[in-house]
Amino acid sequence: MSVPKLEQLSQSVVQGPSLAAGAIPTRDWMDIPVKFTPGSYAYVAKKDKVEYLNSQSGLSFPNAREWSPEDDDWKLPEGWKEIILKGLQERLGKFRSLKIFMDCCVRCGACADKCHFFLGTGDPKNMPVLRAELLRSVYRNDFTLGGKILGRMVGAREMTVSVLKEWFMYSYQCTECRRCSIFCPYGIDTAEITMMLRELLHLVGIGINWILEPVSNSNRTGNHMGLQPHTFKDNVEFLVEDVESLTGVKPDISFNRKGAEILFITPSADVFAEPGLYTAMGYLLLFEAIGLDYTWSTYASEGGNFGLFTNNEAMKKLNAKMYAEAERLGVKYIIGGECGHMWRVVHQYMETMNGPADFLEKPVSPITGTVFENAASSKMVHISEFTADLIKHGKLKFDKSRNSHIKATFHDSCNPARAMGLIDEPRYILDHVVDWVEMPENTIREQTFCCGSGTGLNTDEIMELRMRAGLPRANAVKYVHEKHGVNMLSCVCAIDRATLTSLNDYWTPEVGVCGVTELVANAIVQEDETRGELEEGLRTMVF
Amino acid sequence: MKYAFSFLAVIALILIAWLGSQIPGMPYLFGIALPYLAMMIFLGGFVYRVVQWGKSPVPFSIQTTCGQGKSLDFIKHDRLEAPDTTAEVVARMFLEIVTFRSLFRNTKSELHDGPKITYESSKWLWLFAIIFHYSFLMVVIRHMRLFLDPVPFWIAWLEFGDGLFQVGAPTWYMTDIGLLAGCVLLFSRRLITRHVRFISLVNDYFPLVLIFAIAVTGILMRYFLRTEIDIVNIKQLAVGLVTFSPVIGTEIGAIFYIHLFLVCVLLAYFPFSKLMHFAGVFMSPTRNMKNNTRAVRHVNPWNPKIIPHSYGGYEDEFREFMVDSGIPVEKELPPKKDEEKDEE
Amino acid sequence: MYNKRFIIPGLVIFVLFVTFPLWFNAFSTASPVPKPELPPGGEKECVAPASEMRDRHMVLLNEWRDGVLRDGERDVITVGGKQYRKGLQMACMQCHTSKEKFCDTCHDYTSVKPFCWDCHLTPEEAALKKETH
Repeated sequence: MSVPKLEQLSQSVVQGPSLAAGAIPTRDWMDIPVKFTPGSYAYVAKKDKVEYLNSQSGLSFPNAREWSPEDDDWKLPEGWKEIILKGLQERLGKFRSLKIFMDCCVRCGACADKCHFFLGTGDPKNMPVLRAELLRSVYRNDFTLGGKILGRMVGAREMTVSVLKEWFMYSYQCTECRRCSIFCPYGIDTAEITMMLRELLHLVGIGINWILEPVSNSNRTGNHMGLQPHTFKDNVEFLVEDVESLTGVKPDISFNRKGAEILFITPSADVFAEPGLYTAMGYLLLFEAIGLDYTWSTYASEGGNFGLFTNNEAMKKLNAKMYAEAERLGVKYIIGGECGHMWRVVHQYMETMNGPADFLEKPVSPITGTVFENAASSKMVHISEFTADLIKHGKLKFDKSRNSHIKATFHDSCNPARAMGLIDEPRYILDHVVDWVEMPENTIREQTFCCGSGTGLNTDEIMELRMRAGLPRANAVKYVHEKHGVNMLSCVCAIDRATLTSLNDYWTPEVGVCGVTELVANAIVQEDETRGELEEGLRTMVF
Repeated sequence: MKYAFSFLAVIALILIAWLGSQIPGMPYLFGIALPYLAMMIFLGGFVYRVVQWGKSPVPFSIQTTCGQGKSLDFIKHDRLEAPDTTAEVVARMFLEIVTFRSLFRNTKSELHDGPKITYESSKWLWLFAIIFHYSFLMVVIRHMRLFLDPVPFWIAWLEFGDGLFQVGAPTWYMTDIGLLAGCVLLFSRRLITRHVRFISLVNDYFPLVLIFAIAVTGILMRYFLRTEIDIVNIKQLAVGLVTFSPVIGTEIGAIFYIHLFLVCVLLAYFPFSKLMHFAGVFMSPTRNMKNNTRAVRHVNPWNPKIIPHSYGGYEDEFREFMVDSGIPVEKELPPKKDEEKDEE
Repeated sequence: MYNKRFIIPGLVIFVLFVTFPLWFNAFSTASPVPKPELPPGGEKECVAPASEMRDRHMVLLNEWRDGVLRDGERDVITVGGKQYRKGLQMACMQCHTSKEKFCDTCHDYTSVKPFCWDCHLTPEEAALKKETH
């Protein structure tokens, strides 16, 4: 879809008319139907992808078909309403969070202006509270006494096709970033609501291709890009060559090697596209510099987990490969690369779903001897934790001046910040390798703003939505660009590296995007390297 | 119109109690039967709701971290915002429940030309909520003087503190004003803040109007409509109620029955409404869980048995390519292909 | 996980809190409903009918105090041919001679702490003081 010109969108965001921009809606939200037009929705999942996934053991993705959200008839299965209500009942029984979040909201509105989608689109249904009310209204109608008796008067409504359409629209205008949850006096987490909505929609065959195709790719080939083993290997080997030609050091790599000490898993996007490639080159250089005994895997070649954006079964099935591969290869533990939602899954779900990981050992850094007690059970260490520890023990030699052409800032990815508490490790690393400044305080750390395209929404057909949703982040970047001359936005997330690039290109084209490990590798000084003669950093040498 | 309806509903309740209590014999209904019934619904309903919540497991550890988690020893752990031990969780929950910490964090975002988004601290909601809840709590505790015999000294102290300014006779309590103000402020906020008005339901206005009416009738009874309000008589009834031997001595003014009836309605309404946030705030998984999920495994009782697309299946599909590109495999290719490979 | 070991004790504590008056009263000796002593002198009339006095005596006393102390209105009140001087000790305590047997009975029962006695002396105290002078 064509994206409006910068001036146009800038005006539209501020002037609306929208609730966020100060207009007052005249109709009750239940009376405003959704309308699907090109650009307002992500393309729906292709029939063959849905069929493939539905054929996999443990997964259920029924009702594969050709359809379009713009059609009146969504070709829903027979008895779709009962399927949804039964699905909701089942989930109320499985998730206490859902029950409590349905019952406790007092509609205080504290969450409203915390959502980047609301700020960018001004659409009242993008207020987290209202996004939850989309589901809560149906819950009231069928699962609460008051709703059954008093109906609409107490905010209850029947499950209808138009409600279903509304669910589809707004559960895919939420990136499960959890920023609202920080401000909610009861900790109501819209990510939970959105997950439930998406699970329910999948029950009747509603899903988007940008998520389901990666899920099926990850299932079949091990990574969401659908890279087959040899291609994956080729890609990494290209990077090895690049590193060699740039630095004179040829990183030693291996694939699916049994007996390696550590299995390294990172989002496959890192070995596939700029600017993630530079981060992957960073990993290669870093591991080479410390002589780490590690292996890549082609089978578990995806750190990210697109299953998280569909339902908990798919998330579990994709995630299970990590432990399965670690066990097969007989490694001691796993190091995970820079990624946002991957780390949500690894930190909060992995061992619950696929553990206990008793076939692995408690992670110990082979270089420093540090025991990673915080990963004692799940046996998976974040690359930033690993690197920070190396730096602390003086195991890395840096020439910070190699990054002197960079004035960086740091974008906390939603999931590491709010679902893991990984906030200061990357900062510690940055302090040692680059000159950097923080963005304004309400946009960083646990209050960080989403890139606007997480949870499988970084697809081009909804570019305007993405640029709107990313505005709060872009605005903070612009602020530090203008005030401090920042020219590089660093982050620890592969989705960020892809989406923030589009976002910056649109709102602040002067600022690039990089991974923290890229900056680390830029500054690493190794023996026998030849890049000392080069004046500028890794990225610059490539261009 | 949602707020207007709330007023109508409360006015209707007031009329019911007012007129109803004037009918001979009915004081026993309004003064004894309904309070018992309301209390049973309140307690039973409350426990039922919490038990219903409790019956659903917490399958995943979904804590929201609002600060640095416990990690390397040189990275400063934010013990309150990303708790790692039970004690830290208790501290986090205590501050959340007692000081409304999350609300205290509230900001207000504004869009300006440019576009430029600004954020500023906004503590009004926190302030209103604190005034409202603490006033309400104090009012409830103060009422214990009517139910407890003899009255414990600490209640007398609280009363003394609450009436410290010694304004008027009987002395005005600060929390009476606080409760009224809290209701008015929270209600006005719902009407005036445009996005809050848009999301507000009858379910939000009604409890505020009801509690406001309870406070007003209480104040009227204490300070203005004192006819037939004999505190001794009322205490006799209150103590009678909690010792299961209630008596209604001499006649008690209608304003008392209105007040009591509205309280009964609130009690009975409580377990079936959003007011259950009182219990919910204790049980919210994003706040009451430890952020130690990689150090201690969290168990999901319904963890489905789902196995990944197996390595064997994967290798079967791609073995040829893998062997070709020198990736180790579990099963070698059939001999014929091996030869081909050797030739390469 | 179900957190039974937190939820069940939590509920028990909640129920105990809410039913606090029940067991508090069950374990304490209830005082009889107070019977304030009628004037020992046998007076039958007061400045207002008994029911009104019961409801509004604190308001009346407050008005008197404000009138006398702040505005200097020390006028005499005549009710039913009988004259009363405005004042707790000058009027009320003339008939209701015992604070303990009259005022305190109800006030203690309902935990009312009037601040009359911050300044005023009870008749007993007044008598004591006179003796020491």
